[in-house]
Amino acid sequence: MTHDHDATPAMPIAGTPDCERALAEVYTFLDQELGESQRAEIMAHLEACSPCFEAFDFEAELRMVITTKTHSGEFPETLRIRIEEKLTYLRIQGSGGVGPDDGGEPGPGA
Amino acid sequence: MSRSGVRFSSRALMANQEAFAEQAMEYMPQLYSTALRMTHNASDAEDLVQETYLKAYKGFAGFEQGTNLRAWMFRILTNTYINSYRSKKRRPDETELDGVEDFYLYRRMGGLEAARASRSAEDELMDYFTDADVQAAIDALPESYRLAVLLSDVEGLSYKEIAEDLDIPIGTVMSRLHRGRKALQKQLHDFALERGLADAVPEAP
Repeated sequence: MTHDHDATPAMPIAGTPDCERALAEVYTFLDQELGESQRAEIMAHLEACSPCFEAFDFEAELRMVITTKTHSGEFPETLRIRIEEKLTYLRIQGSGGVGPDDGGEPGPGA
Repeated sequence: MSRSGVRFSSRALMANQEAFAEQAMEYMPQLYSTALRMTHNASDAEDLVQETYLKAYKGFAGFEQGTNLRAWMFRILTNTYINSYRSKKRRPDETELDGVEDFYLYRRMGGLEAARASRSAEDELMDYFTDADVQAAIDALPESYRLAVLLSDVEGLSYKEIAEDLDIPIGTVMSRLHRGRKALQKQLHDFALERGLADAVPEAP
């Protein structure tokens, strides 16, 4: 942990080894990427340790804020039509042989 | 190759591309939503998605049937974005964000909940940060973190899906997410400080 240069004092979170183990997995926990046993272990710790619970809860709320506040606009159906038209055009035109006309295939990972 | 051989492969290609048109269309709204968040602009997002489909269509012969088409499309979208649309504005270097601690925001703003017990942390955070704050905070991230955070926190993709989309190992996804989220929290805290919101927190009764 590094020294902080801003003026606001940083609040410590609980510090037993169990706490540290749980806090280290906050993202894998929230992202639902933990195995069942590890998840259960952390759940049990959170039930017993309110400082860790508060910290996890805060992160979960923050995630909700981020997801909610970045909702995007509606999908424009005109785009689907436009793309379908282009593809149909390419398919008709390309029946004599389709080749890249804009500098090559992108290929995944290009 | 004989003449008939050429005709045959051309017909196979056509069948392939018809299959593409059938299989790939369902991902368009998802790709558009990601494109919109990447570009912040409906017109750029539409162009980006269109270019993705045209490239994918032309390259579809190289797609291995039975593998993840959605991830393949996302990879083309991401590459196209990185190569053509990424804004040239300066973003912080990854190393500038070293030393941001875990739970950065909670350590500074978590006390708020206790201070005003009648309201939930969610209400507080929802009120604190505007859509523009959150968007700007994500936008200020180094590009590699930004894409990972967008795909995870915003689009809700799994580590495995993000790894496939960005063509990086899962461990790299995790470290980018971890660092990106800390940086995001620091940026949000900076916004709160600018408005004098966070300052009041430690003194709250």
